[in-house]
Amino acid sequence: MLKDLFRKPKYVTVHADTVKKDIPEGLLQKCPVCSEILFIKDLDKTLKACTKCGYHFRMGARERINSVVDEGSFVELDAVLESGNPLGFGDYPEKIAEAQKISKLKEAVITGEAAINGNQVVIGVMDPFFIMGSMGSVVGEKVTRAIERAIEKRLPLIIFTASGGARMQEGIISLMQMAKTCGALARLHKAGLLYITVLTDPTTGGVTASFASMADIILAEPGALIGFAGPRVIEQAMKQKLPEGFQTSEFLLEHGFVDMVVPRTQIRDTLVKLLDLHTTGGTDNV
Amino acid sequence: MSSLLMDFEKPLAELEAKINELKNFSSEKGLDLTEEIKTLQTRAEHLKKEIYGNLSPWQRVIIARHPERPGTIDYIKMIFADFMEMHGDRYFGDDRSVVGGIARFHGQPVTVIGHAKGKDTKENLARNFGMAHPEGNRKALRLMEQAEKFGRPVITFVDTKGAYCGIGAEERGQAWAISANLTRMSTLRVPVIAVIIGEGGSGGALAIAVGDHIMMLENAIYSVISPESFASILWKDPGRTQDAVEAMKMTAADLKELGVIDEIVPEPLGGAHKNPEEMARILGKSLEKALSALKKEPIESILENRYKKFRGIGQFVSG
Repeated sequence: MLKDLFRKPKYVTVHADTVKKDIPEGLLQKCPVCSEILFIKDLDKTLKACTKCGYHFRMGARERINSVVDEGSFVELDAVLESGNPLGFGDYPEKIAEAQKISKLKEAVITGEAAINGNQVVIGVMDPFFIMGSMGSVVGEKVTRAIERAIEKRLPLIIFTASGGARMQEGIISLMQMAKTCGALARLHKAGLLYITVLTDPTTGGVTASFASMADIILAEPGALIGFAGPRVIEQAMKQKLPEGFQTSEFLLEHGFVDMVVPRTQIRDTLVKLLDLHTTGGTDNV
Repeated sequence: MSSLLMDFEKPLAELEAKINELKNFSSEKGLDLTEEIKTLQTRAEHLKKEIYGNLSPWQRVIIARHPERPGTIDYIKMIFADFMEMHGDRYFGDDRSVVGGIARFHGQPVTVIGHAKGKDTKENLARNFGMAHPEGNRKALRLMEQAEKFGRPVITFVDTKGAYCGIGAEERGQAWAISANLTRMSTLRVPVIAVIIGEGGSGGALAIAVGDHIMMLENAIYSVISPESFASILWKDPGRTQDAVEAMKMTAADLKELGVIDEIVPEPLGGAHKNPEEMARILGKSLEKALSALKKEPIESILENRYKKFRGIGQFVSG
């Protein structure tokens, strides 16, 4: 009819979500920054960095260790440690069980000894997918034991951080892990041993405010969210939008809190160089 | 008696008002109401014990946050002599949310540091409600290192909602400032006594609370995050703040049981603000006892015990 010609046409909005569903699982992944559709096998080659814009996808702890240490050199420590429920908090045991099932990890950090291009090190790697990599008793204890191991064996210590902060379900006990790990680090520094951290997305809260920031050398992956308070908390407190790029690795580099921003594919080489520069070992600065 | 009433003590206040009314009435009219007044007074005494003797964790939170609760500056005035305030972190500025300086405690020079809230809106703004920027934490550390150099014991008063969360705080490395304090305090070669006097909020509280003897006033609170945030993060329901207070175990009695603090300092009935002088007297006695015990110990063993204290906190199983 003629009047249909003048009627405003109705459009159906197709949400981006529906596009996602068409992608066969395990074959393709969409970059959340540039929206490029990426082949997962290509992402494996770049260690999970977008081939178009360089965005670094979050990486699990096991995969991370494999990408950094010499093949077959990793010997895990304290693998049996599991969370208790110090506050007797509601569904915490179930939450842990679920995280364990999904991640196939016992807790949010894996620690061990390994070689990096032949350099023996103690290494700790946090997993951003295990309850947001949050730090409770087990993370605090494993990190502390790793520090003590490095002191005992006079080895360099390398920790990859990825954490939303303290584990709420363990309340004040989580908070105390900050003092515990920092106390151990004071001893490591006094022993003159090298400590390097690599801050990955996200590193916030109690982990940033404890062992993540107490290293001799701090590396950060490009574009990682790093800070004390989460951006949402700050936005709520300040009642204003945060500036572009706030709390990213690059922002921290500019403000003098990290030494280098290093793309993931170059992290192993960077660590090798740094370790080679420190091969003389520590001296007891008593 | 305080002018600002907490909800749960209103029945008591009403009863006390009635007693006063009756007293005035009897003296005005020359009537003998002694019996009636006595009955009401007995009831008031019972009510007082009932209310203040069984405070719920949430009621303690309200007391801990009471606007008239004595703070660091009050205790410095009442417990120490010759306080000289020192300013600035030597990097950026002077953060007035942290007060610190040198004073005498029973004649002995000590370094005193604590969070300071304001007594009114103007002072609260100047002191940022007791929430330290990085420079507040750095000032605290500078004064602690100064204390170490001159062999002065350090006494800290914790009373903060938390370290400040804002753009400037992030730009100037809040996390870096806190971790530096935690690390350095663990090896500070003088006795360190920390007292949670009001609110002990998260990393901001811990940043001046790594010590040899950790005390908490009876109605103070100490937690990893505010109960409001806890409820909205874990339950997506800020309305469940009171449940969060129970679940988080943030009262002095809870923390003593968890092994996080060493001593609970009793408060006057109804809270420190009901009788600040009495509170200061009790706290002063506890401080004196703790300090004289530490002074008898060689510093090496103090440091070893300090390490062990924090090293030992955590609960896990070897599954």
